[in-house]
Amino acid sequence: MIALIDYGAGNLTSVRKALAAIEAPVFTPPDPAALANVEGIIVPGVGHFGATAAIDARWRAALLDRVAGGVPLLGICLGLQYLFDGSDEAPGEPGLGLLPGRVTLLPPTLKVPHVGWNTVQTRRPSRMLEGIATGTSFYFTHSYAAPVTADCVAETTHSAPFAAIVERGHVFGAQFHPEKSSDAGLQLLRNFVSVVAAGRAAPAGSAGRDRQ
Amino acid sequence: MLAKRIIACLDVRHGCVVKGVRFEGLADAGRPAVLAARYNEEGIDELVILDVTATLEGRQALAATIREVASRLFIPLAVGGGIRSEADAAAALDAGADKVSLNSAALADPTLLTTLAARYGSQAVIVAIDAKRTDRRFAVFARSGTTPSGRDAVEWAREAADRGAGEILLTSIDRDGTRSGFDCELTAAVSSAVSIPVIASGGAGRFEHFLDVFTAGRADAALAASIFHFSEHAVADLKSYLHDRGVPMRVTC
Repeated sequence: MIALIDYGAGNLTSVRKALAAIEAPVFTPPDPAALANVEGIIVPGVGHFGATAAIDARWRAALLDRVAGGVPLLGICLGLQYLFDGSDEAPGEPGLGLLPGRVTLLPPTLKVPHVGWNTVQTRRPSRMLEGIATGTSFYFTHSYAAPVTADCVAETTHSAPFAAIVERGHVFGAQFHPEKSSDAGLQLLRNFVSVVAAGRAAPAGSAGRDRQ
Repeated sequence: MLAKRIIACLDVRHGCVVKGVRFEGLADAGRPAVLAARYNEEGIDELVILDVTATLEGRQALAATIREVASRLFIPLAVGGGIRSEADAAAALDAGADKVSLNSAALADPTLLTTLAARYGSQAVIVAIDAKRTDRRFAVFARSGTTPSGRDAVEWAREAADRGAGEILLTSIDRDGTRSGFDCELTAAVSSAVSIPVIASGGAGRFEHFLDVFTAGRADAALAASIFHFSEHAVADLKSYLHDRGVPMRVTC
């Protein structure tokens, strides 16, 4: 079972519908304790980084504990940004710190927010990119973005390059909205579900084997 | 590079797609979910469901239609018409819309934009501006183009963006349904005044009109209804026409 974290940042209906379309079993945990036996975690979210403040210390601890235990995690949009150390959008709110780096405002050379379909360029192979060719378009809507670091497997450029898809061990993120990116988006969600299924097939305790 | 978006509008009345000329003389044009599926296959970038009679007849956006469309399509879906309150917006978003478009309600109470942006994020909030040329400016009209609001389109666009709107759906009342081309002057004036995306609407009749509004009109997206509804021009043909002329388009297989 995959936990879809609802911390009040936007509407989860679209994510739920997309996951239903690929027949992924998901539920929304009512409290951190409900994360105990999950096989995968999705942190969605739209809007202001400050909204992540709703993920309180207990939720943070539970999320980090599950990830340390080898449970795959996918952050979508604001959820990707939350994987990093923090964001200039809400300097007082820490991110999960699973990926080094800081989220910053896109340079205003072009219109910000960055809204619409943009192409994603592959930087290195990733389990998230199975069946997704470099140059594929996804739907973005954001003003802040994460830096292109060693964890960035695919980048997009809007005024400047930023991280479109990240992967570090079993921690993944997509800055765009796969649930709104038609067939390519559903493919990325399927790829995450496959990673979750592979973790389920692996012997207990071995899920943390990924390169970290 | 960020693609310019081609958006199909489904003007819906009583669960059926209709399209009026200058907001009058509505004629049936099909079932929303059927049309939506066809457009999706042709590579449409986004859909707008507009409950065209809602404001006048006091009805809410059609949740059943939204649900039917959103359960099959995984591209952005906006809903407008009859969104008057936070509760109306919540109903549309809960049914599967990604964005709600506010027109008369935002003019009556601009703080509604801020309230919705705080709750759902600016990306979920579109301000729809219906503008008409009067003397030397663009006047904003409310209630399906029937009521002058006393506001100027450029000024209202700036204010709405400041208040939390994430996109502007800008319709030229003069051009709507005429197929004589978008009002590029209006579109450029608004697009230059704000940093949020502007969706041009009203007047699409030929492929060149889209080229004009993406270049001279500085539009980020263009919306049309009747040009697509009756299979006069396929979405795919339009996109390849624009792509061939250097307009960045999302290419689908």
